[in-house]
Amino acid sequence: MAILINRHTQVMTQGITGKTGQFHTRMCRDYANGKNCFVAGVNPKKPGQDFEGIPIYATVGEAKQATGATVSVIYVPPPFAAAAIEEAVDAELDLVICITEGIPVRDMIRTCYKMRGRKTRLIGPNCPGIITPDEIKIGIMPGYIHKKGRVGVVSRSGTLTYEAVAQLMEQGLGQSTCIGIGGDPVNGLKHLDVMKLFNDDDETDAVLMVGEIGGSDEEDCARWVRENMKKPVVGFIAGMTAPPGRRMGHAGAVISGGKGTAQEKLAVMEECGIKVARNPADMGKLLKSVLQ
Amino acid sequence: MKIHEYQAKEILREYGIPTPQGNVCFSVEEAVEAARKLDGSIWVVKAQIHAGGRGKSGGVKVAKSLDEVKQFTGRMLGMTLVTHQTGPQGQVVRRVLIEKGADIRMEFYAAMVVDRSSRRVCLMASSEGGVDIEEVAVSTPEKIHKVFIDPVTGLTGHDAEDIARKIGIAEAAVAETRTLLQGLYQAFDSIDASLVEINPLILTADDHVVALDAKMNFDDNALFRHPEIAVLRDLDEEDPAEIEASRYDLSYVSLDGNIGCLVNGAGLAMATMDIIKLYGGSPANFLDVGGGATAEKVAEAFKLMLRNPKLQAILINIFGGIMKCDVIAEGVVTAAREVKLNVPLVVRLEGTNADLGKKILAKSTLSIILAGNMADAAEKAVAAAKSPAGT
Repeated sequence: MAILINRHTQVMTQGITGKTGQFHTRMCRDYANGKNCFVAGVNPKKPGQDFEGIPIYATVGEAKQATGATVSVIYVPPPFAAAAIEEAVDAELDLVICITEGIPVRDMIRTCYKMRGRKTRLIGPNCPGIITPDEIKIGIMPGYIHKKGRVGVVSRSGTLTYEAVAQLMEQGLGQSTCIGIGGDPVNGLKHLDVMKLFNDDDETDAVLMVGEIGGSDEEDCARWVRENMKKPVVGFIAGMTAPPGRRMGHAGAVISGGKGTAQEKLAVMEECGIKVARNPADMGKLLKSVLQ
Repeated sequence: MKIHEYQAKEILREYGIPTPQGNVCFSVEEAVEAARKLDGSIWVVKAQIHAGGRGKSGGVKVAKSLDEVKQFTGRMLGMTLVTHQTGPQGQVVRRVLIEKGADIRMEFYAAMVVDRSSRRVCLMASSEGGVDIEEVAVSTPEKIHKVFIDPVTGLTGHDAEDIARKIGIAEAAVAETRTLLQGLYQAFDSIDASLVEINPLILTADDHVVALDAKMNFDDNALFRHPEIAVLRDLDEEDPAEIEASRYDLSYVSLDGNIGCLVNGAGLAMATMDIIKLYGGSPANFLDVGGGATAEKVAEAFKLMLRNPKLQAILINIFGGIMKCDVIAEGVVTAAREVKLNVPLVVRLEGTNADLGKKILAKSTLSIILAGNMADAAEKAVAAAKSPAGT
């Protein structure tokens, strides 16, 4: 049943009345089974109203109670986004996907601290979201480039994930679920968490893992893969040519103190039995090769 | 965002952290006057640039007379300082910090950074102060001690004293060090720093701890709530192209190659640089036009790249999702009309409205090399950059 979300998932949108929230709620509703999945919106100032037929509630708790939604997607502006995540956690949702880019790190440190021991999982922030092709998409990725299949994709990027998906499609490979975990230094699910889910998923045969410079998430994941993964994993790391000390677009994409280089990540991944593409144009081909 | 040492020290003083007395100066006269006011007989003249490694490059001098203050300041102001952190082009010194000399008994290291794995602020301290901490981390990692700070309780007195003792602070100064480290965390947390580094933190002959140097970086995403920090930005320390880019909310980093890249999305932009290198070329920049770029923004991005005199080709790599390829195409056509396009332009459009975008480019009179995929685009851009300009 893919991972985390499927055609039956019931979703609420926090920040449904903003420009971004409106646009993407519409796109998500129009994708696959979205019409039956996007059941609520949240805006404390507009309870009782609706967005194109989707009822708006004052709080996440009320939306959950009224509609049974267990997943939320957040388009709230950066200064208020961390509080929006916490509201979803307090309402004991299963999953929160935070698309918002630009949340201060200090806010995320506190929010992640409060999430310890709670049931809610967080994807993002600063991410494209998650899609289980031909069933449901929750996020801002273009739905039509995907197709249902048996390859799992996990990535820290947005468009580079679309590129990876397009390469898989060129090889005739559909996807079980694709997740963008986001480009911020302090975030929710990491490569490792998603890899575990794919490992246990009957509908996933192999995983494409796309990383980038900064931090050591990819290395942590690779070491787990070496010991535990039952399925082939293929990887790519962006930023081989990035200069040290410079932030490359994403808040988390920076080589600091000589740590977090693409070279180091690729070396560890290879050591751990992950096939790595040095050329970003080879991700799809390489994945195909490990299936045969 | 980065700030100067003297600015960081002013902030630290607000949080009760002892620093040497000193003043920032923009001229030799100011420097001599500042030294005179500080009294004493030894001063330190420190070049203020946004890069470390100044000591080894002649950016920090100890003056034993007012004459020497004059001499060192005169030499430093206007000089281009090259350190391992400035890059080969170096950084021009426009201000110096004049400080009263300190009586150093021992040197230590203390810093705070965000630790991504634990999702906490990490205090790092070491007995090895005044040297490159990256080298310490490689050669004697056991000499670096860490505390992962609980965001609710903050840095506890117990943890602060414990780490002070571990790095070898004299017992008489442990309490003072605890207060200093707790102040450091309070500062870090209150003003959304992303890095605070005191190297060296010194123990004076009379058992006091003093922050002899200070480096502070900030979380750009939090500057909206710290206008008092945002005004400390020194545009002289930044690359003019990057300043221009930030005006249009473009994410741009100058590199030293000759192939300009215009890409949507940070990950894809990095991968585009990588693949250019893989095919034997060299990227001139990182440029992410973002997810919601308008034609105008794309045009500005395009003009920005064209200002680079080293530029010999441009590669546009767009995977349209939310951003539509026709919007990109229109931006490119607009910019090319306004600016004389004198280098070959390779374009790869994929995703939303790619065909529409290609049509717009084809209809224009621009000579554009269309590419089918990323590899094809990189190959064509590298070949174009190698051929004589304008062909």
